Amino acid sequence: MVEPATATQAAAPVMPQLKDELDIVIPTIRNLDFLEMWRPFFQPYHLIIVQDGDPSKTIKVPPGFDYELYNRNDINKILGPKASCISFKDSACRCFGYMVSKKKYIFTIDDDCFVAKDPSGKAVNALEQHIKNLLCPSTPFFFNTLYDPFREGADFVRGYPFSLREGVPTAVSHGLWLNIPDYDAPTQLVKPLERNTRFVDAVLTIPKGTLFPMCGMNLAFDRELIGPAMYFGLMGDGQPIGRYDDMWAGWCIKVICDHLGLGVKTGLPYIYHSKASNPFVNLRKEYKGIFWQEEIIPFFQQAVLPKDCTTVQKCYVELAKQVKEKLSKVDPYFDKLADAMVTWIKAWDELNPPTAGSVPNGKAA
Amino acid sequence: MSLAIKDDEVDIVIGALRSDLTTFMNEWRPMFSRFHVIIVKDPDLKEELKIPEGFNLDVYGKPDIDQVVGSSTSILFSGYSCRYFGYLVSRKKYIISVDDDCLPARDPKGFLVDAVAQHISNLTNPATPFFFNTLYDPYAEGADFVRGYPFSLRGGVKCALSCGLWLNLADHDAPTQALKARQRNSRYVDAVMTVPARSLIPISGINIAFEREAVGPALVPALRLAGEGKCRWETMEDIWSGLCVKIVCDHLGLGVKTGLPYIWRTDRGDPIASLKKEWEGVKLMEEVIPFFQSVRLPREA
Repeated sequence: MVEPATATQAAAPVMPQLKDELDIVIPTIRNLDFLEMWRPFFQPYHLIIVQDGDPSKTIKVPPGFDYELYNRNDINKILGPKASCISFKDSACRCFGYMVSKKKYIFTIDDDCFVAKDPSGKAVNALEQHIKNLLCPSTPFFFNTLYDPFREGADFVRGYPFSLREGVPTAVSHGLWLNIPDYDAPTQLVKPLERNTRFVDAVLTIPKGTLFPMCGMNLAFDRELIGPAMYFGLMGDGQPIGRYDDMWAGWCIKVICDHLGLGVKTGLPYIYHSKASNPFVNLRKEYKGIFWQEEIIPFFQQAVLPKDCTTVQKCYVELAKQVKEKLSKVDPYFDKLADAMVTWIKAWDELNPPTAGSVPNGKAA
Repeated sequence: MSLAIKDDEVDIVIGALRSDLTTFMNEWRPMFSRFHVIIVKDPDLKEELKIPEGFNLDVYGKPDIDQVVGSSTSILFSGYSCRYFGYLVSRKKYIISVDDDCLPARDPKGFLVDAVAQHISNLTNPATPFFFNTLYDPYAEGADFVRGYPFSLRGGVKCALSCGLWLNLADHDAPTQALKARQRNSRYVDAVMTVPARSLIPISGINIAFEREAVGPALVPALRLAGEGKCRWETMEDIWSGLCVKIVCDHLGLGVKTGLPYIWRTDRGDPIASLKKEWEGVKLMEEVIPFFQSVRLPREA
């Protein structure tokens, strides 16, 4: 039996790192009570709340937090016709928060995620761990069997080439979940009682050339390195699919990170995921995705970006072109999605005009 | 979903670089006693081996090696590489091999880890090299494939090699261990995972298991450092053969796993003294890795 942590104040750091460089983006449709539990860890940071669903509803934010809140009316006002790329009635709308943020780093978390406990019973400061992950290099070109070599008590193992030990910048830190695991609907239906109680004390870099299912429940990234690729797609109201927003973003960012020589980490930190969504509702949202992913994954596995794609935006627009060329035949939805990807980049660039003398994000592989 | 391995399909192969194996064999007795054990004595070791009673075992030494491969080739099997001779003469389907300075570890709850059983479990359950599962081994109890994992890949492929880890003295190279003289690995990471396809990994020979019928021929001690010595810091043979195995597995669609089980590696040797000898290996890796990253095997292989 795994339980969330309650004594979180003790684990709060004396000096919160990056407090003026990181925004916490939270999509919500109900309330933000869960913030009380996170208060010692989150209070020093600025929050961007993206309110999904009925904009006339008032979302109560617990007192003492510094935040900005956007509902659908705000999104429509700010983006105009380009607002069509932001999903409605789906947590995918959170990516609007990434777009309007002015900070270098983003941490996003779902409103049913609480603080986890490590095996010693201590509260896990997930944000602090994500920051550590992002500030430390990744090692995508050769697998280290002792996982993150930069962690205390670890290092590179015998045989690890010295020329690869500097690592590359980390663009994404993907955290995990105790209690309710992130299963798809069929698995949920077959194993309704399964709970994740295994605390795996590791952070590792996902090797170059390997795709993974990125979950948006507990995720942090460097907005300057990879932000424009973190589009969460067209989901929810009026769309044939749901619960594939973070998956789609994960496949896109991995292809682009591999191309630009950036790293993606997975593992710690854990959060405590408290609510299991209704598996029948999930099945209806996901079921097309379950078939489509069989075509989508080979598409991403084989995607090659040309050498002249040296910025994230260029990579993303090229990817959108390939989606239109190769995935439209799977379903006309992908045609719409490819257009939305381009709209997203246009909106991103409008809201985030490049500063003078800005350089490409990385070297094309 | 998993295969069942019978006890008589397994050989435990130990390379003896030290003569007194009493403590070693007694500590491992609960895990080894069901299986046939092959002990290969380092041809350079002069003393007689001391092995306790009660095991089903075969011991091989220099005369046997000379007889099978000829005395000019037998140099290949000296030092840590002596255990490869055990792989050669074994007639079993699976091999489990640990260094003779390793003892059973304890997990965070204090229970002794049955490394043999864990390796067997790793080899009998499928591997998943084509897509990364963020909850690691999907076949472990209490785990599964996560949302977004393609269903067509959930059957997995055969696992040909299982690479375990080490508590206490981790398998660092000499410069690293010399720099961090007091560092000991105390982190027990409770996971087994498949090393993704096309990803290279330094496979340490200290604690491994493999399906001999699938990849045995690739595990040959071909890379011998000129100054190879009797300390793990002075060898690269396992790293070399491990890279070969990974390339072969990627080509044939077989899996390689890493993670559990842990063994406890006792302190031995002086990394600073070994620095001189291993340096050659470190330089070699820089040449060797780009080769392995770009090598492509023909379809007919």
